[in-house]
Amino acid sequence: MIHQYKNNGYNIVLDIASGSVHVVDDLVYDMVEMYQNKSRDDISSAIKEKYGDTYSSEDIVEAYDEITALKENGQLFTEDAYKDIIIDFKKRKTVVKALCLHIAHDCNLACKYCFADEGSYNGKPKELMSAEVGKAALDFLVANSENRVNLEVDFFGGEPLMNFEVVKEIVAYGRSIEKEAGKNFRFTLTTNGVLLNDEVIDFCNREISNVVLSLDGRKSVNDKMRPSRNGKGSYDIIVPKFQEFVEKRGNKSYYVRGTFTRHNLDFCEDFKEMADLGFKEISIEPVVAKKDCDYAIREEDVPAICEQYDKLAADLIRRQEEGKPVTFFHYMIDLNGGPCVYKRLSGCGSGTEYLAVTPSGELYPCHQFVSYDEYKLGDVFNGITRPDIVDEFKLCNVYAKDKCRDCFARFYCSGGCAANSFQFHGNILDAYDIGCKLQQKRIECAIMIKCHQMLKEDE
Amino acid sequence: MQRIKTLTDKNLNSTVVKGGCGECQTSCQSACKTSCTVGNQSCENK
Repeated sequence: MIHQYKNNGYNIVLDIASGSVHVVDDLVYDMVEMYQNKSRDDISSAIKEKYGDTYSSEDIVEAYDEITALKENGQLFTEDAYKDIIIDFKKRKTVVKALCLHIAHDCNLACKYCFADEGSYNGKPKELMSAEVGKAALDFLVANSENRVNLEVDFFGGEPLMNFEVVKEIVAYGRSIEKEAGKNFRFTLTTNGVLLNDEVIDFCNREISNVVLSLDGRKSVNDKMRPSRNGKGSYDIIVPKFQEFVEKRGNKSYYVRGTFTRHNLDFCEDFKEMADLGFKEISIEPVVAKKDCDYAIREEDVPAICEQYDKLAADLIRRQEEGKPVTFFHYMIDLNGGPCVYKRLSGCGSGTEYLAVTPSGELYPCHQFVSYDEYKLGDVFNGITRPDIVDEFKLCNVYAKDKCRDCFARFYCSGGCAANSFQFHGNILDAYDIGCKLQQKRIECAIMIKCHQMLKEDE
Repeated sequence: MQRIKTLTDKNLNSTVVKGGCGECQTSCQSACKTSCTVGNQSCENK
């Protein structure tokens, strides 16, 4: 299977099964489209009919031979041979290597789109995780990670800084056991920034390998959707703190992460705002909301959003060329050192290698499933008591999903978000259709930017 | 090649043999938390 598209002046051809990316001229672009279904003579006639004398017979022969060479070299029209791997893959023993610790089921903001219902997760009581539960979670992770060295622990909420003392205690515990256990904990933290102070900043810059700072962009946009409990906007409180945080963070990883909704379909302006505020690592995600929400993204919004992604790509290139590069999370793509096939088949790992832990220690397939009691897997003290649910998630891969099987993006997104599928279709083997379209567009843009960079370097 | 510029030097097929160590980052941990993107992850077993 191939996927071909034009973007920003480039003709791009992707060979899906081999992962090959080609930039081609107009002649090859048209011929690739016909190559599998037409004879060489028919292709030649079709080209002459479309272009007249623009291309000579020699040009057409040359283009045809180049396409054939790529095919023979396994870089074009490659057969997808990974389905056989999946048979063994289903039998694999999975290990847990990442936990999302819901350190606080409570929040000091009242963001309107919050999937966690402002920390209550579908009506659960407000609750803070104890150090005892947090330490048991790390013990559970070490015990269930077999020979994996790098273990990830995310402090999530609600707002994790509402329980900062416990965060510190859990990190200290992790550091005290990791060497003897032969592990390396990578702690991450997601925060809305309200409680950031010097102590928190110093601690995070010392111990937390990646921090996610929530900000939606322009003040008007942010404050509409991210008000405080008393209804006032959060922008003026958090932006100076984020700037100080990032300034002190040096080279350590962070993301300023926003959500866009139907209310700001011009979210490229929010990206620009964040970049102009001095943030270098930015992520902006489309909101995932029930259809009846006024801010939910609708099918008819997709073209406008795709246009914004093109604008964002152009802005990113401009900043790079001006010597002020900014990273956009969804436009990062590693064409040569990216993940192996196994990773691409297993997707996000929810329910198998990635689990969420509630404040009382219950285990769920991921942070998004905590609202659904039927997906409770067990708890950190007694381990997984519902292996049948883990098996259900183990089977969740691109070949098990009808919508993914023939999608060009399947090895880049790996089947999408199981929780989104469950929310929109009631099962984890479907796909959230709007999300798929946006994901496809982001991948196209990401690859285009890579093409631009690599071709510029060659010049 | 005069008309085609290939930007990739690694074939996904080649990772079947060596891959699967599982040391790479869990995708949802990094920034998104609401979508799944795997193509932007890096291999830790190069």
